[in-house]
Amino acid sequence: MKEVSTTPPELVIPSGADPLLTVEHLTMRFGGLVAIDDVSFSAGKGEITAIIGPNGAGKTTLFNCITGFYTPTVGRLTLTARGEEYLLERMDGFRIAQKAHVARTFQNIRLFSEMSVLENLIVAQHNELMRASGFTVTGLFGLGGYRKKEKEAADLARYWLDKVNLTHLADINAGNLPYGDQRRLEIARAMCIKPTILCLDEPAAGLNPKESSELNKLLIYIKDEHDIGLLLIEHDMSVVMEISDHVVVLDYGSKISDGTPLYVRSDPNVIRAYLGEDEDEALPPEVAADIAKDFDPENREGV
Amino acid sequence: MEYFIQQLINGVTLGSIYGLIAIGYTMVYGIIGMINFAHGDIFMIGAFISLITFLVLGIIGITWIPLALLIVLLVSMIIASIYGWTVERLAYRPLRGSFRLAPLISAIGMSIFLQNYVQLLQGARVRPMQPVISGGFTFLEGSAFSITVSYLQIVIVLLTIILMTAFALIISRTSLGRAQRGCEQDRTMSALLGINVDRTISLTFVMGAALAAVAGMLFVLYYGVIDFYIGFLAGVKAFTAAVLGGIGSLPGAMLGGLLIGLIETYWSAYFSIEYKDVAAFAILVLVLIFRPTGLLGKPEIEKV
Repeated sequence: MKEVSTTPPELVIPSGADPLLTVEHLTMRFGGLVAIDDVSFSAGKGEITAIIGPNGAGKTTLFNCITGFYTPTVGRLTLTARGEEYLLERMDGFRIAQKAHVARTFQNIRLFSEMSVLENLIVAQHNELMRASGFTVTGLFGLGGYRKKEKEAADLARYWLDKVNLTHLADINAGNLPYGDQRRLEIARAMCIKPTILCLDEPAAGLNPKESSELNKLLIYIKDEHDIGLLLIEHDMSVVMEISDHVVVLDYGSKISDGTPLYVRSDPNVIRAYLGEDEDEALPPEVAADIAKDFDPENREGV
Repeated sequence: MEYFIQQLINGVTLGSIYGLIAIGYTMVYGIIGMINFAHGDIFMIGAFISLITFLVLGIIGITWIPLALLIVLLVSMIIASIYGWTVERLAYRPLRGSFRLAPLISAIGMSIFLQNYVQLLQGARVRPMQPVISGGFTFLEGSAFSITVSYLQIVIVLLTIILMTAFALIISRTSLGRAQRGCEQDRTMSALLGINVDRTISLTFVMGAALAAVAGMLFVLYYGVIDFYIGFLAGVKAFTAAVLGGIGSLPGAMLGGLLIGLIETYWSAYFSIEYKDVAAFAILVLVLIFRPTGLLGKPEIEKV
């Protein structure tokens, strides 16, 4: 929006080289509260797009619009993938996952805690299995290719279990896993719906540095090997700077910056949003980024 | 001793019927956290459909009993399923997301409607049916008392075991069952994985209704008389069975049904037949005082 002319042009992302998700003029109002105000950006295929901003900036609301929790007040959300175009704002909640294959994880973990780790991954492949099982009738007797399909589903599940290092825990209840494992399992489950775009809401929250760097590797692996788009809400600036290709900054519901990590880090608008308005002299960008990393108030979240 | 064993057989038979109805209560409670108060009336409708189908089959001359039973079973399951689906569509789905009491009240309305609808169509008098399956085995022809197991009792218990196994397999092995368990734990997350939550809930009602219809058919065969009001008491008993076993738990519903059947039978056999319902409900009160979650129920964990 407010691009600074002094920035070298190569630092700004040429928007929409291979756009997967295009968000146009998205506005979400709750009564008098404007949670998202005319936000437009696009997220590319094979890219990690990070959405950052102070707590309460509207990041989770944006995710909720994309995944069909909320119907946007104004705006259009277009997903172009696998030769089809989906207008997400017009689709029912479950069809967004079923047809457009948009996957999502939550800030607070939402696994099926009373199912086994493996079942959590198989339940994500429900639609294909439901069709293969003749809507349960033939499936009950193991007829009509259901066995084969179920084996395929289990194979996909095991592939992802292997990727997130949980193979040895496949049969225990998901609720009994340690926190870090649950986070990774959630990502594995999201991958089992064969997503075109994966939306991750603070995947690194609560992870220790080692787990966090493993997570980074996993996300980069997913991006490179599966050629999907990743949309990431993250507070940990080191994660954002390390793995994202494209950063969108929100503040009070508006987009204040959009570009490469390097560009965004030095954008005065971003520094102002993180450090406050009364900044007479701009801090050196490295210092500002460092402070921004530590400035992480947990108490304004919730919109 | 012979008397005791005879009552055991009778109690298990009655308990099977209660168990079949109780599964419908417990599955619906599991998935939407609400009691389907129209479920007892679906059972009653299943009984009427069975009676009518038996009569029609008699008229068109299908009298070979296994075939007739199979046809009646399928017809009553299918038609009762349609009723179950309709109840969900009319009384529950429009009110999803409304305050908690609203669907409860609309379900009670649905129950009253169904009772009156059958009363208008079929009349208020009891409807008798000729015994279809007669005869049985007699064991231990003792001097004082002999134990008899009728063929009908064997049919009832066998059919119940088969159906309960089939439904347990659906829940544990098929994709529909996994979706149901998913919706039970987290409906929002299930939708985000592409599961059609509304359809899964509908199918849960349909499955419960199909089992209630089987119970209705067995009830007609066992007692030989029905009226439009049988759904109320049977429904309350089966609901009690579901709560006794731990509402939301499938094995609990089966166990609860058996226990209610046994308690009722033994009470009538050894004490007084007038107070058999009191006995069943008194046991419920006792269990709930000492184990509020029922026998096999899990303690309610506050959801975030």
